[in-house]
Amino acid sequence: MPKNKDIKKVLVIGSGPIVIGQAAEFDYAGAQACRVLKNEGIHVVLVNSNPATIMTDRYLADDIYLEPLTVETVERIIKKERPDGLLAGLGGQTGLTLGVQLSESGVLAKYGVKLLGTDVEAIKKAEDREAFRSEMRKINQPCVPSEIAQSLEEAVTAAEKIGYPVIVRPAFTLGGSGGGIAYNGEDFIKIAENGLKLSPISQILVEKSIAGWKEIEFETIRDCVGNAIAVCSMENVDPVGVHTGDSIVVAPTLTLSDKEYQMLRSASLSMISALGIVGGCNCQFALNPNSFEYAVIEVNPRVSRSSALASKATGYPIAKISTMVSLGYRLDEIKNEITGKTFACFEPALDYVVVKFPKWPFDKFIGTKRDLGTQMKATGEVMAIGQSFEEALMKAVRGAEIKLDTLNAPALTDQDIINRLKNVDDRRIFTVFEALKSDVCAETVHDITKIDNYFIYKLKRLALFEKELEAAPLTDEMYLKAKRLGYPDSAIRRIANCDKLPEFSYSYRMVDTCAAEFNAETPYFYSSADSHCESREFCRSGKPVVMVLGSGPIRIGQGIEFDYSSVHCVWTLRKMGYDVVIVNNNPETVSTDYDTADRLYFEPLTPEDVMNIIEAEKPIGVVVAFGGQTAINLTEYLVSQGVAILGTSAEGIDTAEDREKFDAFLESIGISRPKAVSVNTAEEALIAAKILTYPVLLRPSYVIGGQGMCVARCEQDVRTFMNNILSFGISNSVLVDKYMPGTELEVDCISDGDTVLIPGIMEHVERAGIHSGDSIAVYPPYNLTEHMTEKITKTSVEIAKGLGTKGIVNIQYLAENGKLYVIEVNPRASRTVPYISKVTNIPMIELASRAMLGEKLSDMGYKTGLAPAAKYYAVKVPVFSFEKIDDANSIMGPEMKSTGEVLGMGRTKTEALYKGLAASGVDVGAIRSKKNAGILISVEDYDYSDAIMLAEKFTDLGVTLYATPDTANAIRKRGIDVITAHNVWENDDIYRLVESDKLSYIVYTGAVMDSSVGDFRQLHRKAMSRKIPCMTSIDTALALADVIAAKYTQKSTILVNINERR
Amino acid sequence: MKKRYLILENKEILEGIAFGCDCERVGELVFTTNMCGYIETLTDPSYYGQIVMHTFPQIGNYGIIPSDFEGKSSVFGYVVREYCDEPSNFRCEKTLDAFLKENGIPGISGIDTRYLTKLTREYGVMNAMISNSPDADFDLIKNYCVTNAVPSVSVSEPEIFCPEITPKFSVALIDYGSKKNIINELIKRACKVTLFPHNVCAETILDGNFDGVMLSNGPGDPADNVFEISQIKKLMNKIPIFGICLGHQLMALANGAKTEKLKYGHRGGNQPVSETNGHRTFISSQNHGYAVTAKSVKNGIISYVNANDKTVEGIDYKTAFSVQFHPEACSGPKDTEFLFDKFLCMMKEKNYAEK
Repeated sequence: MPKNKDIKKVLVIGSGPIVIGQAAEFDYAGAQACRVLKNEGIHVVLVNSNPATIMTDRYLADDIYLEPLTVETVERIIKKERPDGLLAGLGGQTGLTLGVQLSESGVLAKYGVKLLGTDVEAIKKAEDREAFRSEMRKINQPCVPSEIAQSLEEAVTAAEKIGYPVIVRPAFTLGGSGGGIAYNGEDFIKIAENGLKLSPISQILVEKSIAGWKEIEFETIRDCVGNAIAVCSMENVDPVGVHTGDSIVVAPTLTLSDKEYQMLRSASLSMISALGIVGGCNCQFALNPNSFEYAVIEVNPRVSRSSALASKATGYPIAKISTMVSLGYRLDEIKNEITGKTFACFEPALDYVVVKFPKWPFDKFIGTKRDLGTQMKATGEVMAIGQSFEEALMKAVRGAEIKLDTLNAPALTDQDIINRLKNVDDRRIFTVFEALKSDVCAETVHDITKIDNYFIYKLKRLALFEKELEAAPLTDEMYLKAKRLGYPDSAIRRIANCDKLPEFSYSYRMVDTCAAEFNAETPYFYSSADSHCESREFCRSGKPVVMVLGSGPIRIGQGIEFDYSSVHCVWTLRKMGYDVVIVNNNPETVSTDYDTADRLYFEPLTPEDVMNIIEAEKPIGVVVAFGGQTAINLTEYLVSQGVAILGTSAEGIDTAEDREKFDAFLESIGISRPKAVSVNTAEEALIAAKILTYPVLLRPSYVIGGQGMCVARCEQDVRTFMNNILSFGISNSVLVDKYMPGTELEVDCISDGDTVLIPGIMEHVERAGIHSGDSIAVYPPYNLTEHMTEKITKTSVEIAKGLGTKGIVNIQYLAENGKLYVIEVNPRASRTVPYISKVTNIPMIELASRAMLGEKLSDMGYKTGLAPAAKYYAVKVPVFSFEKIDDANSIMGPEMKSTGEVLGMGRTKTEALYKGLAASGVDVGAIRSKKNAGILISVEDYDYSDAIMLAEKFTDLGVTLYATPDTANAIRKRGIDVITAHNVWENDDIYRLVESDKLSYIVYTGAVMDSSVGDFRQLHRKAMSRKIPCMTSIDTALALADVIAAKYTQKSTILVNINERR
Repeated sequence: MKKRYLILENKEILEGIAFGCDCERVGELVFTTNMCGYIETLTDPSYYGQIVMHTFPQIGNYGIIPSDFEGKSSVFGYVVREYCDEPSNFRCEKTLDAFLKENGIPGISGIDTRYLTKLTREYGVMNAMISNSPDADFDLIKNYCVTNAVPSVSVSEPEIFCPEITPKFSVALIDYGSKKNIINELIKRACKVTLFPHNVCAETILDGNFDGVMLSNGPGDPADNVFEISQIKKLMNKIPIFGICLGHQLMALANGAKTEKLKYGHRGGNQPVSETNGHRTFISSQNHGYAVTAKSVKNGIISYVNANDKTVEGIDYKTAFSVQFHPEACSGPKDTEFLFDKFLCMMKEKNYAEK
């Protein structure tokens, strides 16, 4: 069937901010979709509130709206743009849900917009649990015994009928949020109540627990005439019970016989055919390991995290093909670009094993439970490819950046090994390995964990091999075996206690979708310990080779924005005539698309792995500045191996990264920074704090995303911090800075050594002390004197020049009492680059990449100094994922906690802020439409004066004030009416208030002591369950009050098409 | 660990590790891209005379499950990257290694199967020897030819298989090396199946009161089976016939078409076949080294072609049809199972016509 010719203009919905359960995979999918549409000559209109994405790049769409992903806003865009079609299935659950809402509310019909791909009826059948089950019954596909409940009473009846343990799954929530397993009635009521609240349609599924069964997934795709294929099968190493996003996953399935495999494959295809899917669809099953009994867990009628993984695991571009299918192409009409000979209507054959390993944020949320269950907690993932499960797993683990290069991980508790095996947590694979190494028999491990014996035997093989390696002198044969099992040299040296290793270099194999059955030219490689290197044989252009290092897994502090930078660097270098190689191991990204760079190496970003690729590629230089801290951390090693680093020199990087060298540097150019002392012990820290006077800021040198930072206001805080940090074995010294609560400002500078361009200055709403990633940032600054602007510009130029920056550098400032201090300098692209590029229209990464390779900014038409401010205000608002990790301490501080961000653009700062808050999910309008709206204020004594200001503002808005006793007293003294609510340790006043529906917001500061943190966590959890925003900085609340006062609505704001401003 | 060698007719020698039976064997080296289903592959009689290599590097993970056997194991040798000697599956009865030992099949592991696949792809199908010594008689290897294939794997006496319910149809299945699942698919559809030796006379079948004839899959060069082809010729237009794989090729030869040897064949579970008179493409299981030459098809209509290389995948005749791929799957996808229903319809129509 030829393409649907009526579709000339298409609206694509993105997935919004990165949250747990919805990460970079949708930027990858959306970017592919946009490219397909543009190639087809279709006019692309894009809406996505996430400015850090590649899909919102001006090259990828014709009209781009960085607007809130709400029905009201999207309707306005539809009204303005009048697209013929809507593509919603590439924007994750957010996009799909929005697509359904637009259809249900009649918007699509009103404006004659066709929903492309899977139709609304099919989506609803797949998404609504009852409709789905009834459809499955029709085609004899077994579902897990379950009941739908819309009230707590119904839920309890259902659970009793099914029998405990049961699983609670709320309908229409991301990453299964709000779900859980209940083993008894008491647990059940808690989980069910929460689930009902979180489900936008107040519906939960109570389901028989089939924990311990195998969890199997099929990624499928179907076209409009019914051609259907299973692109990839995947098997979770962790049995049912752990969310697939938190499971270690292998592809293809490794433990299924053909009978089992075909049974589930056939089930997948009959399901998508019955539902009428057109496009990609993910099908999840539970399989009883002791019979052929199986149950359908769910289907996702859209591209997903699993489909991104399947695409990278097989080389089959699911998002691209899915988009073409949505446009009316049949699978057999679409060419397989990899072979050029075959078509998209085929199932990839793998000749390797893929392992996905999740990246969890537990290092950021110290003290939270590391348990894994039905609610996803991972922020990102890595993928590794090997010839065996062992090799791929070892590569995945060392690439996950969890300070491990083997499976030997120190235990986190002093429980005995058998008890630790019972913990279903992020460390389980390592605990299993430890158990096998300490001779716990495989059967016991299996009985406790229910992990399939195949995987346990494989781990046992590694354990036995390590013992062998420890015991005997290292022979060439043993060494080769170690390499084949995936051991890096550093680990072999350590385990075998041997310095001299045989000569060795990896060869590289091609991912070709067909197991070498056909000749392919895919520039997509993974390492192997075999001979016959296919990458060295690969036909090259003869142009000079440049290698770009990617940023690894998405984590808090290092998100999608670094993939944006890496990809832009690659594109620029290719345009400049270089042969560009990229190294990365994150399957969710655009950078790991095989057609982004000239050659892709899907490999861990460790010294040995990267060095081996350098041997094969012989680049003229390596770019480390765009891959976040992951890439920066490799600089020292690469330089020691004689590798040329492009851009800022290794010394420049070291000067910026090492606090002491940095201090000396600043002093040499006469710039102040908050006074700081370097210490190694708790005693030294206490003395330093006393000298600097409290409050002080404590942090280890070489940090990422403010990891391990804290503001200490008293001796006890210092002790607690030092104990924590020392127990984490952080070996670098700790820095104690004078903490100054001034205004935080941030710039990114592009420098070629002579010209230093500053595209813009960002001013943070929250005062210093809160990590820049968690602050609301406003561009251009709204509260800066001309003098200060000049000073920032001048200082930035000096720093960039002084560090010998060639490329890009990020500088964070603090302004207090008319004085400017430097807080930190990052000699690399920062998190703010994508949005400043989009707002200012200055292609920052392109300029930086060109400067890095010797081109001059002046030749490109730029001169030294601050670029003129853009027409609009742009406000970046952080987005958190505390619903997923609900026991985390959400108090904002120097340690970053947000997972993503949204942008609001407006004519004024307040309008932009309103849009940013709306996009981040804060219902600003609610408080105005509500009769008895209230705000609870509970602050530390040092915040009283600000709290009073806040109280005044909210009183003026007609909001009822509640406050904890001391705060209330302070407010009352000013003659402002306030209702006292007792502290949580006194009685349950506050909890009742939270439950009462009288609160719209909570403002809470303090909670640095362990005891009060516990209280706050509980309060925050309750607030989250009632969807009450909880602010832990008064500045945020003050800004919010201004926004409320301004009375914006989603219908009254300006719609900004960022492509239209040129 | 004992070393073993895979010696190729192009004089290349690959060193690996011995497993399976301790013997040496010459055969035609072929690769299959199936990622699971090694049990069905090992027991598929169509692999007679061949040394089979898996492109998937992890083989033997779920051990050996006798109820999944498709026939008597006829492979001459087995090449893997890595085999699993601690398998896991609730139906597993023994290891792959034990199975190969019991069945006299020499195996070699530790082979760079991707390299070998590329070699086979570029050079074309070639002979090889699994040997305990790197010294080999290359003439012996080069001159090896799969002969007497069908007689070696076919039954010698008829056998009868009955469904549990009253049969609706009676089918004569000519065994050129039939996979068990052809019988199962027919039984599932309430057919009584009489399995005949390959050299059964057409008259025996025509006099046997059968509703239809199934021509099974099987090994070797289709053109070698002169007698069998002549018998099919006699059956044409007299009774509904459904041919699979070798059966498809023999029926084509009986109708005057020609067969040719493919460079390296189609073996795997992901081969797309497209309808010639519709828009559907199906993923099929395949295992063949020969194909019917498209241009030579005169007395029939090509119904399916391979979406990749456009080779003939199916032919429709007046009262017969055949496919090159395996609708009975095992291993591989079951997406074309419906062809058995088509065969049943054909038998039903014939019954109506007669009544």
